[in-house]
Amino acid sequence: MLGLDFSQVNWNEIGTASLDTLRMLGLSALFSFILGLPIGVILYMAARSTSGWVRFGYGILSFIVNILRSIPYIILIVAMIPITKSIVGVSYGVIGTIPPLVVGAAPFFARLVETALNEVDKGVIEAAQAMGSSTRHIIFRVLLPEARPGLLAAMTITIVTLVSYTAMSGQVGGGGLGNLAIQYGYYRYDTEIMIIAVIAMIVLVQLLQMAGDRLVRRFTRK
Amino acid sequence: MIQIKQLTKQYGTGGNVTTALSGLNLSIDKGEIFGVIGHSGAGKSTLIRCINLLERPTSGEVWVGGVNLTRLGKTELQAQRRKIGMIFQHFNLLSSATVFDNIAYPLRLTKTPKAEIERKVKEMLSLVGLEAHSHKYPAQLSGGQKQRVGIARALASDPEVLLCDEATSALDPQTTDSILKLLLDINKRFNLTIVLITHEMHVIQSICDKVAVIHQGGIVEQGPVAEVFLKPQHEVTKEFIRQETDSGEALRLAIAGAASGPSRAVKITFLGTKTYESILSRIVHETGVNFAILQGTISTIKETPYGQLIVRFEGDEIATDETIKKLLEQGLDVEVIR
Ligand SMILES: Nc1ncnc2c1ncn2[C@@H]1O[C@H](COP(=O)(O)OP(=O)(O)O)[C@@H](O)[C@H]1O
Ligand SMILES: [Mg+2]
Repeated sequence: MLGLDFSQVNWNEIGTASLDTLRMLGLSALFSFILGLPIGVILYMAARSTSGWVRFGYGILSFIVNILRSIPYIILIVAMIPITKSIVGVSYGVIGTIPPLVVGAAPFFARLVETALNEVDKGVIEAAQAMGSSTRHIIFRVLLPEARPGLLAAMTITIVTLVSYTAMSGQVGGGGLGNLAIQYGYYRYDTEIMIIAVIAMIVLVQLLQMAGDRLVRRFTRK
Repeated sequence: MIQIKQLTKQYGTGGNVTTALSGLNLSIDKGEIFGVIGHSGAGKSTLIRCINLLERPTSGEVWVGGVNLTRLGKTELQAQRRKIGMIFQHFNLLSSATVFDNIAYPLRLTKTPKAEIERKVKEMLSLVGLEAHSHKYPAQLSGGQKQRVGIARALASDPEVLLCDEATSALDPQTTDSILKLLLDINKRFNLTIVLITHEMHVIQSICDKVAVIHQGGIVEQGPVAEVFLKPQHEVTKEFIRQETDSGEALRLAIAGAASGPSRAVKITFLGTKTYESILSRIVHETGVNFAILQGTISTIKETPYGQLIVRFEGDEIATDETIKKLLEQGLDVEVIR
């Protein structure tokens, strides 16, 4: 069929590439969430501040987030090479892909967090204020729990986006499934490996999306 | 318990200012249920939200329990707010928390020990009659049940004051009555001061001791409910009462309609146990005056019965004067309409 022969496929290579992709994904998602969540909360809080200076700060932070989000990812990788080197020591391999992945995804995630928090009922926050909650209480006991389904959806979207980012990162020596697909399929006309790598990525995205949707449903109380 | 002095609240800045409250004064005693009634946009919500400073007054002072809230710093204000419970038209429960956790919320803020939280929440659940729903989420409850959770949550921290912002406006009439009964019960049991705002005279009439009528950001009339309700002075108050008692065109025609002989239309107001006595029939029997009832209401204000009759006395001048005099002697309120 179509002259494809899967018997020659080097499954070891696919296994290694899959593991690399998962490591890139896991690490970059972890750091994107750790960085993006507080930035999202800060964006949300700053936008509502009564202080003009804080709202001015919001404008600046919001502008930076927008800029980072509008730089094409492939350019971000290249532009970040010196920074990447200074942070993790190398600009290649799985580790070398993490800083650009995080810088690419964290602002995106932060914006999604802000959107999820905006969905929280204003009345509930007011009730919490009326009960004598501090800002900390409001963030940790009201905003984040109330926004949980939205935050889980935001994490799902971010991690799925990161799958395609990792494919691009692979291009500049990161390894992983995306890299495998391009190396073999595009440069060596080894269609079989390309197909398998692409299918593996499709399956990965499907699994992530399904898991995310399940979690969102599990925590939706409305 | 609550003093509001020269309270002014403006929204917006520059050329786009809305004055929601202007120089409003109000004093509310401990243990009373104080109602504020007004039309939409009159400033009711702004007023009640200024009492716990959810809305910061533009000027003026708000004193609750001897503390000037407008002078407090952030953490002091938070501490004071824990003594002021609040319930809302749309309940504002945490949708992600169970009934139990919603009620426990204010207790956890003050780092109450676990066993104490357990005990207090149970007590509150039984107070509002929701023992069986402890582990449900708000979305699984009816409107009335949600408001009960709201009340339980507001009372969990043993507040001295309960603020109710249109607390029954999203509920059907039956549920409204059950919530009002609960509020009255709580007021009596804990001698809790309750401030409620509403646009329904019915709510005021059911449970309030005193009422203030708010119009265009100011109080236009206030006093004990019976007084304001039975002898309204301001046009806005009269309008609210007309809606409730529905005395309209029919009454005007009845009063205007001429009797064959000399006649006089009067409004007689009975209050308390007198409502159920046969005072009127006894007196007309003595004076020999006949009467026709043009309109009549017998109802209660809070739990006090009252009656209001509009009658036309038919008889000679002297006998009618004598009748009115005797009615007044019996402690009834008589107002000659025509
Ligand atoms: N957050 C706000 N910003 C601007 N104007 C407001 C705000 N809240 C209330 N107002 C205005 O203040 C006035 C009083 O509103 P409100 O206190 O909500 O009245 P009520 O509760 O009696 O309907 C209205 O004219 C309303 O438009
Ligand atoms: Mg209102």
